[in-house]
Amino acid sequence: MNSIIFTAGARILVALLFVFSLFMLLRGHHLPGGGFIGGLLGAVAFIVYSLACGPAEAKAALRASPEGIAMVGLGIALLAGLVSFVFGDPLFTGQWYWVGGDSYETSIFSINSVLVFDIGVYLVVLGGILSLAFAFEEET
Amino acid sequence: MAEPSDPNAPWVNPAGMITVAITAALFIFFARYLPVVPVEGAVPFVWDWIPSLDIRMSFWLDGLSLMFALLITGIGALVMLYAARYLAGHPQYNRFALYLFSFMLSMLGLVLADNLITLFVFWELTTFTSYLLIGFSHTDPKSRRNALQALLLTAAGGLALLAGFILIGITQGTFELSQLNAAGTMAEHPAYLGILILVLIGAFTKSAQVPLHFWLPNAMAAPTPVSAYLHSATMVKAGVYLLARMHPSLSGSDVWVWVLTLFGATTAVFASFMAVRQTDLKQTLAYTTLMALGTLVLFLAGSTGYAITAAMTFLLVHSLYKAGLFLVIGIVDHETGTRDANVLGGLARAMPITAAAAALSGLAMAGIPPFLGFIAKEVAYAGALEMALTVFVVVMAFAAFALMFAVALIVAWKPFFGPQGDLPRTPHEGPWAMVLGPATLAVLGLLFGLMPGVAAYYLIEPAVAAVMGAPDTGGRLKLWAGFNLPLLLSLLTFAAGYLLYRFHLDLRERLARIEARAPDLDAGWDRLLDAFVAFAKGQTRVIQTGVLRHYMFATFAVLAVAMLATMLLRPVGGVSLAFDGIGFMEWGIAALIAAGTVLVILTSSRIAALVGLGVVGIGVALIFIVYSAPDVAITQLLVELLVVVLLAVALLKMPYLDAGNRQTHRPFDAALAVLVGGLTAWVLLRVTDAPFDRRLTDFFEGASWTEAFGRNIVNVILVDFRTLDTFGEIAVVIVAALGAFALLKGGLKRGPEGETAPHAEKERKE
Amino acid sequence: MEALTALIVGLLVAGSVYLMLARSFMRFLFGLILLSNAANLVIFASGRMTPGAPALVPYGADAPAGVVGNALPQALVLTAIVIGFGLLAFTLALAFEAYRRLRTMDTDKMRLAEPKEDGK
Repeated sequence: MNSIIFTAGARILVALLFVFSLFMLLRGHHLPGGGFIGGLLGAVAFIVYSLACGPAEAKAALRASPEGIAMVGLGIALLAGLVSFVFGDPLFTGQWYWVGGDSYETSIFSINSVLVFDIGVYLVVLGGILSLAFAFEEET
Repeated sequence: MAEPSDPNAPWVNPAGMITVAITAALFIFFARYLPVVPVEGAVPFVWDWIPSLDIRMSFWLDGLSLMFALLITGIGALVMLYAARYLAGHPQYNRFALYLFSFMLSMLGLVLADNLITLFVFWELTTFTSYLLIGFSHTDPKSRRNALQALLLTAAGGLALLAGFILIGITQGTFELSQLNAAGTMAEHPAYLGILILVLIGAFTKSAQVPLHFWLPNAMAAPTPVSAYLHSATMVKAGVYLLARMHPSLSGSDVWVWVLTLFGATTAVFASFMAVRQTDLKQTLAYTTLMALGTLVLFLAGSTGYAITAAMTFLLVHSLYKAGLFLVIGIVDHETGTRDANVLGGLARAMPITAAAAALSGLAMAGIPPFLGFIAKEVAYAGALEMALTVFVVVMAFAAFALMFAVALIVAWKPFFGPQGDLPRTPHEGPWAMVLGPATLAVLGLLFGLMPGVAAYYLIEPAVAAVMGAPDTGGRLKLWAGFNLPLLLSLLTFAAGYLLYRFHLDLRERLARIEARAPDLDAGWDRLLDAFVAFAKGQTRVIQTGVLRHYMFATFAVLAVAMLATMLLRPVGGVSLAFDGIGFMEWGIAALIAAGTVLVILTSSRIAALVGLGVVGIGVALIFIVYSAPDVAITQLLVELLVVVLLAVALLKMPYLDAGNRQTHRPFDAALAVLVGGLTAWVLLRVTDAPFDRRLTDFFEGASWTEAFGRNIVNVILVDFRTLDTFGEIAVVIVAALGAFALLKGGLKRGPEGETAPHAEKERKE
Repeated sequence: MEALTALIVGLLVAGSVYLMLARSFMRFLFGLILLSNAANLVIFASGRMTPGAPALVPYGADAPAGVVGNALPQALVLTAIVIGFGLLAFTLALAFEAYRRLRTMDTDKMRLAEPKEDGK
């Protein structure tokens, strides 16, 4: 696709979509969104980019191999699940740590394993789908 | 004949030494229970595995298990040490050490398991690992064939065993052996006969009772240390162990007594004659193993103290001397290059320690005082005199013991002290690592005989108590029990045995002639296997057409029949087609999806099909939007987008939909499609008509905020309540992505146009 | 709406079965896509369908007020969609690679694994 408008527009669109995907990931616990949706959106962003500028440039923009991202995501998700062992809970029990308080209401923010797990999901979906899409674009 | 072994090769390597060390440590671990078990009876080891499902790893260490565990680890350690030297320099020695070690562990699990299912799993593990061991010389087709034979026969027996175990579990309500045995005999139960037959098939194939015996001599294709291990204390004893283990619950009926007596006695006598018939010393020993198994089964038929004591004592004696003799034969083979009974002789001068070990083991086998073998024979005769079918048992036992006396002389006396033959190599004493095993075992046989009380207190009486299911009175093992009938029988046995040895060459010729005329079960096995393969090929040709459409048609047809049968056989009543509350928008969405579907079905344009698919996907997403599933709808839309992109990229590089011949009219397919679709709709209507169980939903709605601090319930379910599922799912995504990635990237580069598949395949291999 | 969804599912399944029985591998693929849509709808409809009330807990409350959409089937369908996409992509890659090697999309002629017997 050699449309100048598309190529130029794509760069802005990609940035917007990617930021939006992160937004969807982070708000997912309380409003529609989450790791799956965020990951899909992120993947769509880079696929649009690759359609506009070619997979090579999209890969360069990604800065890491999509397969690697997916694997790292799986590892993060697994670690988030294993953390509960440290606290003596069964595998994959959500762990919450309240900063500046002792419950949701009193704390300023929380550090929890659930969001970490969702980030893992995000990376897996993003990396998995991008590795597929790039392979299709390059090989076919 | 000897396996490749380089005398100068370094034989101390990590794989071998670690396995030896672990096995020896296990032996010490179990030996520490020697003082405990006679006092406390049994030591349970229970680990909670999946407590929420009530699944436990339960093990049970009583007298019987302890005796087996000690034999397995003790002989195991010696055999592994021996094997390290025997196979020194063998390129696949590490693999061998792994096989042998795995086999040892599975055998250990088998004798310690308290749960029948656990026992079965270990039972099958011994089958597999012994398959690997027997077929270790995998370049030899005979070795492979014999390993496969052992695998198929014992695995088939294992299946019967599993069926028996399941029957026990259903009828008795428990799989725990300790509970079953505590409950006493189940002979009164209507399912008893079925259970007994199934369990006996399993035990008899494993312990090679006639007529299922032929795999055992063939299994001698294995390297000698394997034979020493498998055929002395372990593999083949598993069947005997099972019979002894289940003695309290399965014995106590006439069927048990008759079947075990007949099979055991027949096996014992038949095998003794076969042992005399052989000239290869390893084969001779193989048949004496068979004889010992027969004898053990024979005595397990009885339920009196003497019969069981005879079985347990003989089991111990046999394990010691048989492992020792196998190892001796291995040394002889290793040092002289032959195992032919007609050639070997006069080796005592060249290899004195080996000869001494052989002599001690041989004396134990022959049952000469003061060896434990003598005591075992005494007790055996005493037991035989108490058993049902007394005369038959005594005569058969007499014949077997007399023949065994003769065989002991052939195996342990003649090669070392008989006239020297023409040897392929000048014999030397074996290396210490190989001599240690047989020497230790032989000395143990003598020590136990000199101190029968010790063996009785620590090993045999606890084992007898376990088999009888009641505390043992003891006091049966004596070196000198006075002038009685068993002693007389022993003396007669010696005389008969010596005569048999004197004339064993004549006997061997005669037996060879008889054997030539008898039906050959081994060849029959091959024919059976060939017939089976032919049958499989025939039915494959009929069922497997190699055409995808036919497979799919069969799959969907079966699905339709299953759904139809379920719906017709269950009184479900009619369904209500309630369309109230469905507005213009809903009908519109339905029409959109219908239009998309029809377009995909009818079109022969790739682009049109793509559009149809997109329309369907968006229609489905609209349903999700309208019916309050925003997360799902977003996902569906994004995935739909990706599907269209991928298809557009890939599809346009592929040929037209109907390149070549177009199938315009497929009435049968259409009928099946309508049937499956209609049935699915019907099932779904029924499901949604039924009252809805809200318990799960209520839980998630109530707990989402209060327990998981999330307001989006769908997301909370995904990343908190059902995290493990989600983790599995993203793993699937990765697998699918990497699979497709590898297919596209790793596949062969495009060949020239019209290239045929086999060429491409060949090219890839190169 | 469950009744209407059942009819839609029936149509989708019928269409997908018909397509999957075709000789063209690509039609088979289309059938697969329709089938996965139908399966998602089945799961969704089995949890009952509630219009206009997403499964969210309002701020300040401990549980959703009134009847909201059933969240459990939604969660199941959400992952099913993503996995279904993975499966589709894999099948597509398979189809593409098969076409590259065999130069045909006619499943009757794809007989690498089970070749015709040579006229015995």
